[in-house]
Amino acid sequence: MLAQLDELYAQSLDSLATAVNTAVLDTWYKDTLGRKGSIYLLTRQVGQLPAAERPAFGQRVNAVKQELETAYEARLAELKAAELQAEITASAIDVTLPGRKQWRGGLHVATQTLREIYRIWGDMGFQVYRSRDVETDEYNFELLNIPPHHPARDMWDTFHTTTPGVILRTHTSPGQVHAMHEYYPEPIRVILPGMCYRYEQITARSELQFHQVEGLAVGKNISMADLKGTLTDFARRMFGAERQVRFRANYFPFTEPSAEMDVECIICGGDGCNVCKYTGWVEILGCGMVHPTVLRNGGYDPAVYSGFAFGMGPERIAMLKYRIDDIRYFWGNDLRFLEQF
Amino acid sequence: MLVPISWLKDYVDISMSPAELADILTIAGLEVEGVDYIGIPGGRDKNRLVWDRDKLVVGQILKVEQHPNADRLVLATVEYGGDETEVTVTGAPNLFQYLSQGDLSHLKLYSPFAMEGVELYDGHKEGQVKMVLKGRPLRGIHNRCMLCSEKELGLSDDHEGIMILTGDYTPGTPLQDVLGDAVISIDIIPNIARCASIVGVAREVAALTGQKVRYPSYDVVMEGPPVAGKVQISTDHPDLNPRFTAMIISGVSQKPSPGWMQRRLKLAGQRPINVVVDISNYVMLEMGEPNHTFDYDFLRRRADQYNGPDGPVHIITRLPNEGETVTTLDGVKRELPETTILVTDPAGALSLGGIMGGEESEISAATTNVLLEAAAWNFINIRRSATLLKLNSEAGFRFSRGVHPSQAILGAKRAAELLRQLAGGTVWQGVIDYYPNQPEVAPMRLTAVEVKRLGGIDLTNTQIKEMLEALEFTVEDQGDALLVTSPDFRLDITGTHDLVEEVCRMYGYDRLPSIEMGDTLPPQRSNTRLEQEERVKDILVKQGLQEIISYRLTTPEREAKLLPPGIGAPPDDRPYVTLANPITVDRVTMRHSVLASVLETTAANSRFKSHIALFEIGLIYLASEEGVLPDELGRLALVLTGPQQKFFWQSGGDSAALDFFDLKGVVEGLIGALHIDNFSVEAAAHPTFRPGRTARLLLGEKQLGLMGEIHPLVVEAFDVRNGYPVLGLELDLELLLAAIPPWHHIEPVTNYPAILEDVALVVDRLTTAAQVEEQIRLAGGYLLKAVELFDVYEGQQVGAGKKSLAYHLTFQSPNKTLTDKDVKKQRQRIVQQLERNLGARLRD
Repeated sequence: MLAQLDELYAQSLDSLATAVNTAVLDTWYKDTLGRKGSIYLLTRQVGQLPAAERPAFGQRVNAVKQELETAYEARLAELKAAELQAEITASAIDVTLPGRKQWRGGLHVATQTLREIYRIWGDMGFQVYRSRDVETDEYNFELLNIPPHHPARDMWDTFHTTTPGVILRTHTSPGQVHAMHEYYPEPIRVILPGMCYRYEQITARSELQFHQVEGLAVGKNISMADLKGTLTDFARRMFGAERQVRFRANYFPFTEPSAEMDVECIICGGDGCNVCKYTGWVEILGCGMVHPTVLRNGGYDPAVYSGFAFGMGPERIAMLKYRIDDIRYFWGNDLRFLEQF
Repeated sequence: MLVPISWLKDYVDISMSPAELADILTIAGLEVEGVDYIGIPGGRDKNRLVWDRDKLVVGQILKVEQHPNADRLVLATVEYGGDETEVTVTGAPNLFQYLSQGDLSHLKLYSPFAMEGVELYDGHKEGQVKMVLKGRPLRGIHNRCMLCSEKELGLSDDHEGIMILTGDYTPGTPLQDVLGDAVISIDIIPNIARCASIVGVAREVAALTGQKVRYPSYDVVMEGPPVAGKVQISTDHPDLNPRFTAMIISGVSQKPSPGWMQRRLKLAGQRPINVVVDISNYVMLEMGEPNHTFDYDFLRRRADQYNGPDGPVHIITRLPNEGETVTTLDGVKRELPETTILVTDPAGALSLGGIMGGEESEISAATTNVLLEAAAWNFINIRRSATLLKLNSEAGFRFSRGVHPSQAILGAKRAAELLRQLAGGTVWQGVIDYYPNQPEVAPMRLTAVEVKRLGGIDLTNTQIKEMLEALEFTVEDQGDALLVTSPDFRLDITGTHDLVEEVCRMYGYDRLPSIEMGDTLPPQRSNTRLEQEERVKDILVKQGLQEIISYRLTTPEREAKLLPPGIGAPPDDRPYVTLANPITVDRVTMRHSVLASVLETTAANSRFKSHIALFEIGLIYLASEEGVLPDELGRLALVLTGPQQKFFWQSGGDSAALDFFDLKGVVEGLIGALHIDNFSVEAAAHPTFRPGRTARLLLGEKQLGLMGEIHPLVVEAFDVRNGYPVLGLELDLELLLAAIPPWHHIEPVTNYPAILEDVALVVDRLTTAAQVEEQIRLAGGYLLKAVELFDVYEGQQVGAGKKSLAYHLTFQSPNKTLTDKDVKKQRQRIVQQLERNLGARLRD
């Protein structure tokens, strides 16, 4: 009977080795070590043995069972690993297939540019002050030292409304006077963003509506040197720390002295290209010391207070930075354009 | 303003290159828009012709003979500075007049002469096409050289004949030295009106380079009879016409002006006409005083009528009589705005003062005696009149920007003397100068402290004095201050701030110090309105929407598309803000609706995109009941349309369409992120939206806005073409932002387990989900953390007129583990409340 047991043990090990998958292995387990398996059936015959041989046989059965269990566990682990491997191999994907796309929202490029401008000026203590789009001639022109029929009016082609004296603002400068009226006699540092309107044909280079950001600083100790330093800081942060700027004399009725700030062309780096018309410089903003008449109209005594003002076009800045060659893209709102920002 | 450098050099020395000159002028406020180079090297245009100094020279034509083999060709013998003369073959029509006249050297016939191998423009090709001159036989005679037309040199399009150079030249002189030039173009902004002349620019160059201007001579040789008693001048409006000077020049001959003058006029952008007209234009361009020539005999004949043969010509400047018209010298009969100041005599109007001459009194080919006018006009009035007349002229350009009255007499004298020298005229003795109210020039007190306060530069009185004197200001140093008087050609200096600008310009804007602001920092204020607006934008972007910014100008017709034809009222019945001068018919009024803008953008994008999710935050403009200015109110509009999912290869692109509940989800997400808690939605009706799929958004009792599926007829009217339902919303941004709490309190996070209970309730079909949820929450108390609808069923299982709503209810306590008993009790209360208040029953 011991021989029978050894033979069964050997056979079982053989068939265990040939079990090709876990299902066959389950059957093997049932047939071999299960409640009605071959080992059990053999042990049932223990009664046929002389009593003296029974303990040895019993020990041997337990040893065989133990070994078969161990062999089974090992084989099971082996087959499971193989099966997992097979499944992994079979389920490999082409990772280069396109991903599942998400809808991605975005801010209009003009908003993004405005926020950049707000942030830089905010750091320098200039806060946003907004005023209305539909303005009076008085605030848009007269209080800014531009009397009726003055030739300086040629600088702004104006949309008039059917209400006499009411126009669409041609610049955000009326906000200068509004801010002065509100804040007098405090010192002032504000920027004035907003939509402006000009009587201009819509072309790749000109628009009838555009954003402008003006700035105004008023205090008892402000000169052209402050203007230059502050605007140079702005330009370096907006266009890069290495960027050269230059100031040249210009004319605005509401500032005196007046200046234009040019920045080294960001396309060609100053070597000359068609964007800078081969001058190496691009106009970024107009600026100057607030005209005494404007200070007076705002309630500030020009003998005591002085200040500077400046104005820039966010769309123009965005056009330079992103090389947008057609201003009509901005309000055209073609998603193929907007989604590039 | 076009400034030929060769002309500028008459008044000031220029040793720097045109590019360097352009730079210093630009920095000083005379913005150079471009430099046009003629024949000489310079500039960025690599394709422009530069005249070869050796092979393109001045040639003198000594003899012209018939070509032996061709009737239409001649042989010209040319002296060009070489060892021998050169015979060249040419067909130039303007040489035929010299045929067979023998030696022509006494005629001083000079022309640009090009030698073999030189680069020129091809005279026979359209535009400017370069070619290299090659020797070749022309009807049997070998030809190596060429006399050039203006076109071949790039001077003009003229290829009718060879260019004849008037004046004295040495044959062989490089053409560059004779005709080479650079013309700088200066943008005359309003405060540099004084620079709208060559002398005006020369003054700036002189000041910037430490020189003195060589002014043209204003001396006149007067050999005619006295002018006194021949002309009388009066004005009704010395404010509009502060000065009027007149001179008489008799015996002028009308011939072409000299070549040098024609050339200068052409370079400065003026077409030469004849010597009298050209001198008038030349003086205007040279020193900035526009002047006018009348036919004196015409004026005299009229004076004979109104004053008798011994009475003077009487010039009167006045405003027009009612209905008066003038035919200007361009032949146009003009109705006169009431501001137009006229030059007249008692017999009628002669010209539009400062703007344009009249046809009747202008000089003609037969004119020999002229009355020369040089006057001063009020610039505001000239600008207003020229604008109303829609009449642009060189004179009007200058007078509408301001020409100082002091310049009038100088202009008259300069023109008179040139008429004497170049047109053979005799200048009558004396100038009639009507200048009734010569203004007092008040000196200004400028201190170094003021220069420092505004300009930021530390300068001594001496330095400031030198800078201002370079610009011809008169400066007296009084120690504590400088007494400064403006030169008489400047109208733009009104105060010390203007003087500070002059000092800065002379010091150099590029050299001004640059410092960090040291002044007191003002009180810092947040702009809450803007910050909230930007927060709303960020929330919507996170939800996958794209921001747009639209034109705020539209038309009522475009906004009327929000209403299906024949239904409903416009977005707001207050009047539109309407432009008096629209530039295009589709941008006439300020908008009343932002939704219309977003729908237009949706339509435009629907041609190439199916999924469109847009929003715009912007203003609408409603006429105000108080005051002339409209109310400008913030609105948020939003549009969703297209498939819910992006195309994906696995699903074959199938996706459900975005519907009402996607839109509502976006709104709920926005409201949630803003922590606004009194928000609700109720069914509504509005013609823009599809009936049955329209909702009113409420904040408490107030209407925040409307949302829903856009009515199919409205979708069609806007021409949205992606084939999907379109969801839209417009809400009152002011109300929304006002409802945002400055901060909110958080819910504590609890680790006690949550217990989920489901409940299905049968209610009447017309009972809304909002009503049911409200009752659940009222009864659920603080332990009820979440109510989530997961099934809506209508059908026979619940009976006709009924529906079943099934909810996941989440219960959780912040301070203990809830027992089944606790939850059962809570659930019981909810069911009872619904039974009592909504007639609901538990679904079996």
